[in-house]
Amino acid sequence: MARGKFNQNLAERLFWGSGNVMVIVYALVPVAWIISLSLKRGADLNDNRFFPRTLSFEHYQAIFQDPQFPAALWNSVGIGAISTLFAVILAMFAAYAIVRLEFPGKQVILSGALAIAMFPAIAIIGPLFNLWRQIGLFDTWLGLILPYMTFTLPLAIWTLSAFFREIPWDLDKAARVDGATPFQAFRKVIVPLAAPGVFTAAILVFIFAWNDFLFAISLTSTNQARTVPAAIAFFTGTSRFELPTGSIAAASVVVTLPIVAIVLIFQRRIVAGLTSGAVKG
Amino acid sequence: MNARNKAERRLGWLLCAPAVITMGTVTAYPILYAIWLSLHRYDLRFPHDRSFVGLSNYWSVLNSELWWQTLGNTLTITLGSVSVELVLGFCLALVMHRAIFARAMVRAAILIPYGIITVVAALAWKFAFDPTTGFVNALLNLEGAWLTERWTAFFVIILTEIWKTTPFMALLLLAGLTLIPEDLLKAARVDGASAIQRFFRITLPLMKPTVLVALLFRTLDAFRIFDTVFVQTRGAQGTETVSITGYNALIVRLNLGLGSAVSVLIFICVILIAVLFIKGFGTSVAQQRGER
Repeated sequence: MARGKFNQNLAERLFWGSGNVMVIVYALVPVAWIISLSLKRGADLNDNRFFPRTLSFEHYQAIFQDPQFPAALWNSVGIGAISTLFAVILAMFAAYAIVRLEFPGKQVILSGALAIAMFPAIAIIGPLFNLWRQIGLFDTWLGLILPYMTFTLPLAIWTLSAFFREIPWDLDKAARVDGATPFQAFRKVIVPLAAPGVFTAAILVFIFAWNDFLFAISLTSTNQARTVPAAIAFFTGTSRFELPTGSIAAASVVVTLPIVAIVLIFQRRIVAGLTSGAVKG
Repeated sequence: MNARNKAERRLGWLLCAPAVITMGTVTAYPILYAIWLSLHRYDLRFPHDRSFVGLSNYWSVLNSELWWQTLGNTLTITLGSVSVELVLGFCLALVMHRAIFARAMVRAAILIPYGIITVVAALAWKFAFDPTTGFVNALLNLEGAWLTERWTAFFVIILTEIWKTTPFMALLLLAGLTLIPEDLLKAARVDGASAIQRFFRITLPLMKPTVLVALLFRTLDAFRIFDTVFVQTRGAQGTETVSITGYNALIVRLNLGLGSAVSVLIFICVILIAVLFIKGFGTSVAQQRGER
């Protein structure tokens, strides 16, 4: 009897264990492939092998010597960071009001935000393109920051509202009874409790801005504001007919690794953020 | 109403105003502008030839074969990817839910596709299926240029979408799974229900709201597909999607009037899909979202 139970457990463990392995392989194959491609020598690019024969960093050298890529990387980092900062600050105000204050129209704000999250970006590209050209925002940082903030605000507001609801706000009162000033109470009690939520929202917003392609190719035209996804898609090789596969792969790895690192380090928070907004609602 | 309530109201609106104004200026205003543009003949290559043409832009779009073909393509990609994602996402969610060892590692691994930018994912799969650089043909012992023929190109596009977004689906479903009371499943097990029965009789019905939310999100997202198609085929070989059509009309050909008509039609499609989900598949989604 005990033995049968043990075998059943073993079979179950093997079943779910192999499931685990498959999940990991599933997630890693394309990443490993693009890394491997970026490390192949130019001459080996067409050898149809998954792993490189000899490692070479020539493509990495090439993309950093080319003026296009470093400029795009700088644009991506700057635009991503600024949109994240502003989106999270505005979302914090809104989420705080929605959770803590009674005022008419907060349901409207929440459902409006949800509608914007489902909005097809292509529907506003034409007007934005035309408007930005007229008021001089075309091909500027601000011209991308505004749409990024807009499209990430709903996500940030929903995520932060979900987090703020879990905060025991009475602690703030308790601290004041114990003699803290309102500001001290806020800073020492509420801020540490809210910080993880704010941080989660910031990561999700940054990933969105880092990932965007449609706005980046429609609202920019030069190195001045073109972000990495757009730059990679428009990379040109030495000749029109030769796709610079190695450089594209190397550039892809450079934009992928920081995000993968962030995702791996903060995975718990990201999972909490993604699901709190959507499932708990 | 006392002064305190009034002050609270004002503060509430004041705190929400910056976010609401930002969201409004970049979405509400442009969509109205798009509707206005769509009623005009407005081509940036002929800027002086502007006039009100009523619904004639819509008429041209709806009468063109291209629009219906791209709509069909978009729906094919949407249906193909979302249906596989639901099944695969459920499998992944169950694996993660029942993971006995390496739970943290599996959860971390599954987030990798989520973090990778779509353009890079599209390029990785493009290079993998490419007959000169790729390993797929060598692995499967095949020859053939996948992205140069319509249905194989669809296959690569849908595969890329599935790879990239199944984790999102899986995580939402996992969150739903953890809300199911374990006692219920245990009781069913004691009563002799098999694993399959437990899944279809208990797990699935309780998961209905989560599944609907996940499906709605992913369907709308898939319908907007742009990046993957742009990178892999640029819409060639009959794989053009509605977003690509809109982009080509607006940004490539600078025909703001006609392009805006396409944009407004896409917007209407998205609203239709959302309404269909909420009305057709159960009010639970709307209720769940609205109440909290």
